[in-house]
Amino acid sequence: MRTFLFLLTAIAVIASGYWVYHENYRTHAELDRVDDLRRDIGAARERLAILRAEWAYLNRPDRLRDLADLNYPRLGLLPLRPDQFGRVDQVAYPALPDPLEISQPVDISSHGALGQ
Amino acid sequence: MIRRPLRPLARILEARAKGENPDAIERENRRLRHEEMRDRARVRAEGRLLVLGLTFFCAFSVIGVRMGMLAASEPSEPRAQASGASIIASRADIVDRHGRLLATNMSTHSLYAHPRQMIEPARAARELAAIFPDLKEADLARRFADPDRKFMWVRKKLSPEQMQAVHDIGEPGLLFGPREMRLYPNGALAAHVLGGASFGREGVHSAEVIGTAGIEKFLDEELRDPAREGAPLELSLDLTVQSAAEQVLEAGMTLLNAKGAASVLMDVRTGEVISIVSLPDFDPNDRPNPLVEGNASDSPLFNRAVQGVYELGSTFKIFAAVQAMDLGLVNPQTVIDTRPPMKVGGHRIGEFDNHNYGEIPVETVIVKSSNRGTGKLALAIGPTRQQAFLKSLGFFEATPLEIVEARGGAPLLPERWTDLSAVTISYGHGISTSPLHLAAGYAAIANDGIAVRPTLLKQRGPQAGERVMSERAALAAQVMLRKVVTEGTASFGEVPGYHVGGKTGTADKPKERGGGYYTDKVIATFAALFPAHDPRYVLVVTLDEPVETSGTKPRRTAGWTAVPVAAEMISRIAPLLGLRPDHRSAAPEALIEASR
Repeated sequence: MRTFLFLLTAIAVIASGYWVYHENYRTHAELDRVDDLRRDIGAARERLAILRAEWAYLNRPDRLRDLADLNYPRLGLLPLRPDQFGRVDQVAYPALPDPLEISQPVDISSHGALGQ
Repeated sequence: MIRRPLRPLARILEARAKGENPDAIERENRRLRHEEMRDRARVRAEGRLLVLGLTFFCAFSVIGVRMGMLAASEPSEPRAQASGASIIASRADIVDRHGRLLATNMSTHSLYAHPRQMIEPARAARELAAIFPDLKEADLARRFADPDRKFMWVRKKLSPEQMQAVHDIGEPGLLFGPREMRLYPNGALAAHVLGGASFGREGVHSAEVIGTAGIEKFLDEELRDPAREGAPLELSLDLTVQSAAEQVLEAGMTLLNAKGAASVLMDVRTGEVISIVSLPDFDPNDRPNPLVEGNASDSPLFNRAVQGVYELGSTFKIFAAVQAMDLGLVNPQTVIDTRPPMKVGGHRIGEFDNHNYGEIPVETVIVKSSNRGTGKLALAIGPTRQQAFLKSLGFFEATPLEIVEARGGAPLLPERWTDLSAVTISYGHGISTSPLHLAAGYAAIANDGIAVRPTLLKQRGPQAGERVMSERAALAAQVMLRKVVTEGTASFGEVPGYHVGGKTGTADKPKERGGGYYTDKVIATFAALFPAHDPRYVLVVTLDEPVETSGTKPRRTAGWTAVPVAAEMISRIAPLLGLRPDHRSAAPEALIEASR
């Protein structure tokens, strides 16, 4: 009985030691992965910042204005002026449809009706 | 355990046979047993002490070794619990009110040299000089050959192409360090607001980016604060409006042969500066050096809208009128005698072109811009009350705008505020203020009498400012300003649909060395608010030495110079601000009256 208990304790110690080492190695592997991810995020952020700077640089008002002037024959772009605002009465409404003519009696059923 | 008996029978019997006392045997045995027990206990206690000592020794050794390791090793961030945002430690971006980028960071590289590690210094110098035309080969070779030099900077910033070219030299003594540089993608746009940035403390692995001017310097600490976690700084500026304003102002400045120009557009409710322009301007990516001699205002770095203090002329007249109405001294229809002569403190007060407007109501005093009319209002108000009023509008101290240059724009005030000062100040002479001061003053009128503080930071809602005049007086002043455009000196200021109201001001420039005023150099100003029946924005346009030469003789008054520029600007920027033109009323005054 005693021997058995000793044996059991020894096995438990070895097993827990193995488990602790295993967890430790896994934790380190995860931390290394986190570091890699963080480096990737940093690189992505840097790339994003450069792309945003480039976007802002390519969209700077001077350049857009010059491009609009250069391509005026094709695009006809002009700066926004007050007379470009439309008024409601300038909107062409579609012609009113002909009033419904109900000459033929129709069967009405409540099938498929929603509520009242 | 086998115990030896205290009275072993064999020995007792033997002792008894010899006639000895058997108790002596027992005592002897007892003594021996006690000695044995004592020895055992001592060994055991010694063993325990040893174990205890060893335990303590081990524990203290572990603690000591750990402390030593902590002290000797490089500190590192705890890897497990840091959040992802800790990566962003660079200077915050600056964006406009709609999130468009005005300033950002770029990672680049710097180039430095370790001359002692160089294999072929002469060849390296030759090749470097070929890559960077501004470096001299002889100069580099001399510095590389200097035996005392272990380290030297070659370039602070490299482009990727230059970096590759330097890499291709293959010289082990040329090394690269990472660098972060400030980039202003829009070039000269809003240059005076942004200012510029340069490097502070520099190391091989990194360099501090610090603001050198403008909002970059004013909010340097905040922009560098890592606690922002990369949140951009939102300005009140609008990129498109700023760009349109700069374009129109530049065209106007060229057309009118002006030396410089400035404009300020302000939201009257929030105090946000939507656009602020000073021309000539510069590129903050390549900030020029300040002038070492001559007049600082000739440098493109000079911010005319904030630092430039000028006598802004008749634009000040509305302040006298609105105060007189606020105090109940007059109403818009009270008749004022503006006939000559008028003498204050021995000085004769004249009119533009020696006009004589006769007896006219206060409204017409503003519309016709009568010096004597406003002078009489100022005398009725008195110097003390005038000072208090102008102070409440912010004319007595530098504007609180969030750029470092704003502190340099302190107004010039008369030393003694006499009756004569009160009269001249009522028509804008004898007090020098910046165009931004004027915009803030007009914003108080346009905001129905509540003063607002100009700011460059995006606001969440209207400012809860202090009331500096009654709403009634402010509304009456708005009507007067509208009439200046419809029937007065600013007739070119009419922009169909936007109901512009405003006041012109043409002030002769004082000579730099003292001794009076130039007759052919003026500062022409137009201070406008629109739409006049419900003012949302205030625009101040100032031109420095403009001249309009389409007529038979050169014209310099604001009505011919600043007003058309401002009108063009309003017709360009009002649609960008989302204001719909309102063509409903043929008689805008009727609309103004009706909307009261």
